Amino acid sequence: MAPLVASQEELQRRRIIDINAETVTNIPSTDFPGHWPGESHAWALDQFKENFKVDYHRNDPHEASFSLIGLDAAVANAFRRILMAEIPTLAIEYVFVHNNTSVIQDEVLAQRLGLIPLKGSVDGINWMRWYRKPAEDEEPSEDDGPSDFNTVVMHLAVECTKNTNAHPDEEDPRKLYNHAHVYAKDISFTPVGRQDQYFVGDGAIQPVNPDILIAKMRPGQKIDMELHCIKGIGADHAKFSPVATASYRLMPDINILRPIIGDDAKKFAKCFPKGVIALEPVTSAEASRKDSGYEGHAGEQKAVVRDAFNDTVSRECLRHEEFQGKVKLGRIRDHFIFNVESTGQFESDTLFLESVKVLKLKCARWKRGLNDLMA
Amino acid sequence: MPASVHSQEPQEADQSMIDAEPEVDPIMLEEKRVVVLPGSSETSASFQFENEGHTMGNALRYAIMKNPAVEFCGYTIPHPSDPKMHLRIQTTELTRRFIDTTTALEALEKGFSDLMDLCDVVTEKFTDARDQFNEENSNRMQS
Repeated sequence: MAPLVASQEELQRRRIIDINAETVTNIPSTDFPGHWPGESHAWALDQFKENFKVDYHRNDPHEASFSLIGLDAAVANAFRRILMAEIPTLAIEYVFVHNNTSVIQDEVLAQRLGLIPLKGSVDGINWMRWYRKPAEDEEPSEDDGPSDFNTVVMHLAVECTKNTNAHPDEEDPRKLYNHAHVYAKDISFTPVGRQDQYFVGDGAIQPVNPDILIAKMRPGQKIDMELHCIKGIGADHAKFSPVATASYRLMPDINILRPIIGDDAKKFAKCFPKGVIALEPVTSAEASRKDSGYEGHAGEQKAVVRDAFNDTVSRECLRHEEFQGKVKLGRIRDHFIFNVESTGQFESDTLFLESVKVLKLKCARWKRGLNDLMA
Repeated sequence: MPASVHSQEPQEADQSMIDAEPEVDPIMLEEKRVVVLPGSSETSASFQFENEGHTMGNALRYAIMKNPAVEFCGYTIPHPSDPKMHLRIQTTELTRRFIDTTTALEALEKGFSDLMDLCDVVTEKFTDARDQFNEENSNRMQS
């Protein structure tokens, strides 16, 4: 007996998460074998390939937005979580303070430095490997410790002095003194070993945003530090997270069940963000159709859904008496609108591809680990 | 690990206060370890994954539940400060007409394979969509 296939309407109904005035219903996915009697729902790669779709909305280096359609929340969430916590990036980890006479304490300054996003040649960053922290009781071996392939060295050496050329009445400390403000751009990169093959010219390791204020000083104060950057992951420390945010929302679904006409239509449109609901005149064909709800309203304005994408699903329309039973709000279960905002080390779209790669790599590693159990 | 500031001598009463073992490298250089928890049989077993959480747990649960031979699959993180994830798989014991008997371990392996196949499709479709989008956009900018 061939497995049953649900009707198109039934499948559409299952795709929608209902958003009611006070509750959200039809939440869990049900596309598993054994849930619907007679239907298959077994994993089929070719079927997934056919149904899965990607829509791109925006692609800038620092922000990408795209829709993944036909995916389960479990998988979409895995990608999101990996984006935030498991993609390796480069950040300042060790700070050696040679001199710091500024008012900001060593440890506070070091913490601030760690959080500065860095950029540089992507090839170079990918070439770099993990820095292995030797355990406390372990004898440091030859292979451990900083090397050109696991540590990037940078220096921050600034001294505040009086600006002798300043106007005598000047009150702005930035003009009165040299280096009164220490910025991220004052950090200089020192290539070591093979690093000068990768991190050259624009590919040099540098802060993404040169104008991050690190400290303030007054004449006679001095900061002299050596900064060691290593690779790490966001799960270990947020400074290693390659994204400012990585989030998704489900595609809103607005279903107008019965006609909303005239002044009601205007009010209805106001319940939504601009552009979501449009007003269109009722055509004479619609007005002449019996029981359509449009009889005798030819030429009046009716509300239609133009673009549900921008809806915030505020449920405002469900609060009004006149729309009761005329509209159904929902979200599409398998339509994820991703928004990935990179901190600048990698481009946002490559980050997503990287997250897919990490998930696959994790699967492969665990699968190999199963061999021990088989034996 | 910082040495104790109070005394250099190990105190017997203070055994539990010894600093925890340093975390296993979060960056997974070594091969990962799966343990089968006690009380398992061929067709129903609980697996323990170290240093794994909801990311892998839920995605894997989904992939395994998609297998018709699997009767039950669920995951849990027994304690939030213990970096461990438990996965329970129970497969149907009887050979039915349309279902092959599968052991829990086979179901787990298939889960990993299916998830990897899924990743390949996502990468392929995503790259295509992005390249197409970039192409359309550069055309629009030129014209």
